[in-house]
Amino acid sequence: MEQKTKINAEAGKQELVITRTFDLPVELLFKAYSEAELIEQWMGTKVIKLESKNHGSYQFETSYQGKVAFKANGTIHTVVPNQKIIRTFEMENAPIGVQLEFLTFEKLNGDTSKLKIQIIYQSEEHRAEQLKLPFASGLNMAHDRLQEIINKLK
Amino acid sequence: MKLRRDVFQAIADPTRRGILLLLAAQPLTAGAIASNFDTARPTVSKHIQILTECELLKQEQQGREIYYHFNPQKMKEIADFIEPFRQMWEAKFNKLEAVMKKYKKK
Repeated sequence: MEQKTKINAEAGKQELVITRTFDLPVELLFKAYSEAELIEQWMGTKVIKLESKNHGSYQFETSYQGKVAFKANGTIHTVVPNQKIIRTFEMENAPIGVQLEFLTFEKLNGDTSKLKIQIIYQSEEHRAEQLKLPFASGLNMAHDRLQEIINKLK
Repeated sequence: MKLRRDVFQAIADPTRRGILLLLAAQPLTAGAIASNFDTARPTVSKHIQILTECELLKQEQQGREIYYHFNPQKMKEIADFIEPFRQMWEAKFNKLEAVMKKYKKK
């Protein structure tokens, strides 16, 4: 099966490019990124604040097993409906630092659209930390699941 | 985990990336590698040592000479690091698509 989501991390650069084609009109894809209620559904996070406009800002809070596991925030620099969002993103208490994100929404035809996210990190080392994170959290989650199963057996 | 971190450090340097590119084409001796760079020879040797420690390079004795080979398996480990990150986004985007398809029908 072809991979819908592609990640390009060129050696020697401090950026990542994520691209994905959606079976959705560009208006709906953009809406998924600009309305709090929808972000909450697909990101599985609580949206504390979201001002989808130029000079706006946002705050997310994700809980895991009833505890706040992860907080993120950023400043929204530019919003052009159905075209682009330029914003910063910072995961609190993580070694990744602040990143600058350029989100480009592109209409392919009436029913499909493409999202390109260019993420710029402070350095190549910060980008490496980002790539290590899901690897580590994936292990943690697998470990937690194992713990749950063990607890049930007790 | 420590070994993987080292691989990332290994490719963080432009000279080391140059050495990897050079050796991807053919195995070379330390002297032949150094002749491709303006950097002082001991510095190049240090880079070769780091790459060898991270197993990105393999040594092979041929007569009196030691040839350095590129180890593609180790390079794959770096790609393997990106894969969990990609899968995380793939899952999120699939969710986005599902949520928005439902939203459309309302």
